[in-house]
Amino acid sequence: MRHGRESWYDDEAGPLVRPYSVTRGRTRPDRYDLNIITLVSTTSKENLALEPEYVQILRLCRIPLSIAEVSAKLGLPIVVVKILVADLIEDGLLIFRSPDSPLNTETPDMKTLQAVLDGIRRL
Amino acid sequence: MAFVGSEPPAQPALGASAVKVLIAGGFGVGKTTMVGAVSEIAPLRTEEMISEISGKVDDLSGVENKTTTTVALDFGRITINESLILYLFGTPGQERFWFLWDELALGALGAVVLADTRRLDGCFAAVDFFERRQIPFVLAVNNFFGKQFYTADEVREATDLDSNTPILLCDVRQRESSKAVLATLLEHLIARISNPDAAASEAVGG
Repeated sequence: MRHGRESWYDDEAGPLVRPYSVTRGRTRPDRYDLNIITLVSTTSKENLALEPEYVQILRLCRIPLSIAEVSAKLGLPIVVVKILVADLIEDGLLIFRSPDSPLNTETPDMKTLQAVLDGIRRL
Repeated sequence: MAFVGSEPPAQPALGASAVKVLIAGGFGVGKTTMVGAVSEIAPLRTEEMISEISGKVDDLSGVENKTTTTVALDFGRITINESLILYLFGTPGQERFWFLWDELALGALGAVVLADTRRLDGCFAAVDFFERRQIPFVLAVNNFFGKQFYTADEVREATDLDSNTPILLCDVRQRESSKAVLATLLEHLIARISNPDAAASEAVGG
């Protein structure tokens, strides 16, 4: 992802420089409870004057996508996508839905399991 | 409106939620192949940066040496219905790193551990991981090149799995076979809820 600007750093600086410059050095994505399968959707169709990564996320998420999909499609690490998505949530441009009970692995609800099983059989 | 990549067959609604299943196992055992066999999209690859506390801890200062490792993850997606999406995550080949990725296992419905009978020990780490975290799983023995080296019973004995954990033979290149593995996992998860006593004895016995 290049924006017509040459970087002063070389390859030896490692792969982390660009993502962290996108996130302006912030490393804590935990403003919201976002995880790899949190689904995010764009709330507005407006074209806003935002940095390219934000615009790309808003464009992708016109259909609900997981954090993992956004990460894969933008080629950015998950931790970086969480920060960018959190910014957009804060600005009211994205809404998100995390799994109902991410901590409760003991009792996934029967209705969900049956729906998944039916869905797999229908494939 | 043109999007990058494929669009899902059924469009999920705004309030849709997602669940995940992990596909684990040793290196080169067919995890990504299985994801691709059942996913509605070509498998995607994402990366996460994992903090690893190195083995060397200075006892005097108590300062831990932290290094960051980038771990790749392949995944696919099945839109179950307009309000539910299933994601299948093929855990990275470098097991010693994905064990550090707590979020990956957190909240997973369950897991498929893929095994290759020619190198059965390749799945031991994954079996151990899910047993310790009490994440239910099925063991699927991938039948490479049409040759089955062991029966399911022999695999059970070799892996010391309890009798409640399903073991089945499969060929993950075949969509129907991969579907059968996932269906077996879901049936196992449903059976555990329907019969909590068996699940409890499984936890104690495991």
